[in-house]
Amino acid sequence: MKLTLEVWRQRDAASPGAFETYEVADATAEMTLLELLDRLNDQLVEQGREPVAFESDCREGICGCCGVNVDGRPHGPQANTPSCEQHVRSFADGEVVRLEPLRSAAFPVVKDLVVDRSALDRVIQAGGHVAVDAGTAPDADTTRVSYETAEMALDFAACIGCGACVAACPNGSASLFTGAKLTHLATLPQTRQQRGARAVAMVDQMEHDFGPCSTFGECAVVCPAGIPLSAIAAVGKERMRAFLRGRAS
Amino acid sequence: MTDPTTTRADTASCTPDDVRTLGTPVDGRVPDVPAEQAWDDRRLHYPLVAPANRRKFTVIVVGTGLAGAGAAAALGELGYDVECFTIHDAPRRAHSVAAQGGINAARARKVDNDSVHRFVKDTVKGGDFRGREADAYRLGQESVRVIDHMNAIGAPFAREYGGELATRSFGGVQVSRTYYTRGQTGQQLQVAGANALLRQVARGTVTLHTRQEMLDLVVADGRAQGIVVRDLVTGEVRAVTAHAVVLATGGYGNIYCKSTLAKNSNATAAWRAHRRGAYFANPAFIQFHPTALPLMSQWQSKTILMSESLRNDGRIWVPARADDDRAPEAIPESERDYYLERRYPTFGNLTPRDVASRAARERIDAGFGVGPLKNAVYLDFADAIARLGRETVVARYSNLFHMYEQATGDDPLSTPMRIAPGAHFAMGGLWSDYDMMTSVPGLFVGGEVGWGYHGANRLGANSLLSACVDGWFTLPYAVPGYLAPLLGTRVLPHDDPAVLEAVEAVHARTERLLSTGGTQGPDRFHRRLGEILYRYAGVTRTPEGLAQGIAEIRALREEFWRDVRVLGEGAELNQELERAGRVADYLEMAELLCVDGLDRDESCGAHFRADHQTSDGEALRDDTTWCRVSAWESPAPDAPDARFVRHDEPLTFQAVPLQTRNYA
Repeated sequence: MKLTLEVWRQRDAASPGAFETYEVADATAEMTLLELLDRLNDQLVEQGREPVAFESDCREGICGCCGVNVDGRPHGPQANTPSCEQHVRSFADGEVVRLEPLRSAAFPVVKDLVVDRSALDRVIQAGGHVAVDAGTAPDADTTRVSYETAEMALDFAACIGCGACVAACPNGSASLFTGAKLTHLATLPQTRQQRGARAVAMVDQMEHDFGPCSTFGECAVVCPAGIPLSAIAAVGKERMRAFLRGRAS
Repeated sequence: MTDPTTTRADTASCTPDDVRTLGTPVDGRVPDVPAEQAWDDRRLHYPLVAPANRRKFTVIVVGTGLAGAGAAAALGELGYDVECFTIHDAPRRAHSVAAQGGINAARARKVDNDSVHRFVKDTVKGGDFRGREADAYRLGQESVRVIDHMNAIGAPFAREYGGELATRSFGGVQVSRTYYTRGQTGQQLQVAGANALLRQVARGTVTLHTRQEMLDLVVADGRAQGIVVRDLVTGEVRAVTAHAVVLATGGYGNIYCKSTLAKNSNATAAWRAHRRGAYFANPAFIQFHPTALPLMSQWQSKTILMSESLRNDGRIWVPARADDDRAPEAIPESERDYYLERRYPTFGNLTPRDVASRAARERIDAGFGVGPLKNAVYLDFADAIARLGRETVVARYSNLFHMYEQATGDDPLSTPMRIAPGAHFAMGGLWSDYDMMTSVPGLFVGGEVGWGYHGANRLGANSLLSACVDGWFTLPYAVPGYLAPLLGTRVLPHDDPAVLEAVEAVHARTERLLSTGGTQGPDRFHRRLGEILYRYAGVTRTPEGLAQGIAEIRALREEFWRDVRVLGEGAELNQELERAGRVADYLEMAELLCVDGLDRDESCGAHFRADHQTSDGEALRDDTTWCRVSAWESPAPDAPDARFVRHDEPLTFQAVPLQTRNYA
C-alpha cells in the first residue's frame, strides 16, 4: 500500500524545524510504524538524502526508547501501544500520516523525531530509589509480601519510561510517571522506608520540569504499560501524607 | 589500528590451518582449591582498599545494563570515583530490560532437591562442558543474595499466596529455581538497577554520561587506562582516563542482523577492546532461541523473542505430514508430531535451548514447517487451557500473549503460536580470567560481553543471574583487588601519546566512514551479513559452509569499505554513522566467528557441526581435543597473510564429571 508521510525534520535543538513530505509506495500491513520509517530511510539513503533520526531499541515494547507523535497522538493510533508495536494495518491505503516528535516543553527536540527525556530521570534521581547497598539486604523470604500486594506493585512498576504520558497531557504533566513509581515503592513493604522523603523529593523535582496534572486522563490512554490512572492521585496523596506525618517514613 | 580493507585470497575451501596459528596457552588463574571453595579462597586473598582511599581511584564502567549498572552502583556505594557511560538517553534502556522469563537462584527453599551443587551441575552440563566450573560455582553461590538484593532495591518479584517468593521451572533443569516478575523480569531488575545507579549519581559517587559511545580503549604500559568516547549528540570525540575499565556492553547476537536483540545492541566496545589486545573467547558459541517469532516479511527488523517460560505449558508440534497446509485446528491429534516429547520424553518441551532449536530447524528443513513461509513450528496452549483453565494460563502469560498478538495479529488462546529459532545470546565474549579480568590488565568484563559461565549453551534465566552476580557481587571484589597495588598512581594525562593515538584513530575511522561516498547504507550491509551468518554459521554448521562464509564475509567487508554511504556529518547526531561503525566492526568480527566455528572440530552445545553427530542426530563432543576455551587474537593490521592466533585455556571439571549430555 501507498502512504504519504509528513515527517518533522529538525537539524538540532537550536534550529527551526518543518514538515517534509515523503511517499512510501510499498508499505505492507504487517510492518510496524518503525519498520515503515526503516523503509523510508532506506529509500532516502538511496536518493542521497539524510535519513530521518528516530529512537528505537528493543522493538518489543519494553525499553521505552521509541515514541513519535502520529497525527498528534503519542505513539500512534492504537491505544496503550508503543510506536514499535503500532502497525501499518491501522492506516488506509493512500492515507497521509503526520509523524512528529513527542511534544512537550520538558522534552526539547534533539534532532528530527528524537527528543531529550532526561527530565524523567531527574525525577528518579531525586528519590526514586531505595537506600540499600549491595550485600546488606535481608532474606527476601523473611518479609512476606502477599500475592495481591506484589501484583499491585507490578501493575505500577510496569512503566517503561517512554514519556508518552507527558506528551499526551495538555499541561505536559509527568504525574502518571511519578505516581507510578511512588505507588510501586510505597506498596512493597521492603521499599517503604523512605516513603515520605521520597515523595517530597520526587514531586518537587517533577514540578521543576513538568506542568501540573490536568486530570483529563489522556496519559493513561496512551500509556504502553497500561499504568492505572489512579497513579496520578498518588502524587498528591503521597505528598500530603509526607506533609502530615513528617518526611521520614 | 587495523585496516579493515585488508583482503586475503578467496579461501572458500580453507582449512583451520589456513586461517589460524596456535599461540601460547592462557591461564584462567582459578584458585587451586576444590571448585566449591574457589570463590571464598579468592576473596580471602584479594588485597583491599581502605575506605578513605577509595575515592582516589577512578573506574570507568561502560554500559548500564544489569552488569554495568550493578558494578557502577556497587563501586559507587563502596566509595570509588566511577565514570559510567551509556549509548542510551537513560540507563534504564539497556537491553537487560527485555529479558522476560526470570532469574535463576539456587536458594533451594523447596523440597524439590535443589542445591548449589545441582545448579552448578545443570549449568555446566547445560553448557556442554565448555565453561569454567569454578565460575559456575561462584554464580550459584552468589545467586542467593542477588535475589535478596534485587528484592530490597525494588524489584517486585512474583509471590505465592502465602507471601513467599514464587518460582517456576525453565529449560534444562528438573527443579523450580527461576524467580520472576510476570514476563518482565528483566525490566523489573533493570529498572531497579538503573535506579540504584541514579542514587549514586545523586550522591556524587558516579558520574553518568548518557548518549556517549565507547569507540576505543586506551592501553598504556600494558594496562587499560581509559577509553575514547564519541558524544552521540554533538559528535565530540574525547578520551577519559581511569585506573581501571569495566566493559559491560552486552553480547554480539545482533551480528546476525535479524536477532532477538535490541537494534542498538552492538559489539563495538568489545571489538575495539579486542583490537587493543583483549582475547576473544569462543566467538562461534551463539545461542539460537527456540521461541522467537519467525520472519514474516522483508522489512521485519528483528525476530521478537517469546519467553522460554511458555514452554512450561505450551506444547510444540508440527504436522506429521510434510507440507500440510491445513489450519492447525483442522489437524487431528493423531496427525501431529510433538517431536520434542517424542525425542526427549524426560525433558519434553523443556529441553535446553540448543536442543530445542536444532530439533525445530531439523523439522523445518525437512519440510514440516508451518506458516505462510513454512519457517515455523507450533507452540500450542490448547492442552494447558483444558487442564488449567483459561484464567490460569492468561494469568501466567498475559503480557507474552499480548505481545504475540500485537506482533502477529493472532490470538494464542484460540490458535497456536508460530515460533522459530532466532539468534539470541552470545555465550562467547571477551576472554577473562577467574577475576573477570581480560588479557589486558585493568580491563574487566561483566555480563554478556564476557564468556565464563555458560560454556557452549546458556540455560534460560542464567543470563540475568550472571549479569547481576558480575555487577553486584563479583566486580566489586575483583576490581579493588586489582586497584589496591596502584594506590598513589595518577590517571593517565590526556596528552599521553597512547591517549592521543587512540583519539586520532577514532577521528580517522569516523572520517573514513563519512568520506567513502558509496551507494549503499550500512543497514544493507548488515542485512547481507546476517544472511551469510544464518546460512553458514547458524543452528547447524559444516566446514565447507564456514569456509564459504569466511570468503563471503571478506568480500562483503571489502565491498563495504568501497561502497558504504554514510550521509550527514560527524559533528551532529548521526545515527547512520553510528550504524556504519558498528556494522564495520561486525564485518571484522563475523570472520572470526566463522574461523572459530571452522576451527572447533566438534559439536558442543549450540555449536553443532553436521560432521560431528551421533547416528540419531545428537551433538558429538570431542573431549580429548576440545575440552578447552579458544581465546583468539586477531591478526595485526595490514598483514595480508596474517592468521588469527588461538590461545587455549584447558578446562577441567572436578565437581561435575565430564559426561555426555542426554536429555532423553
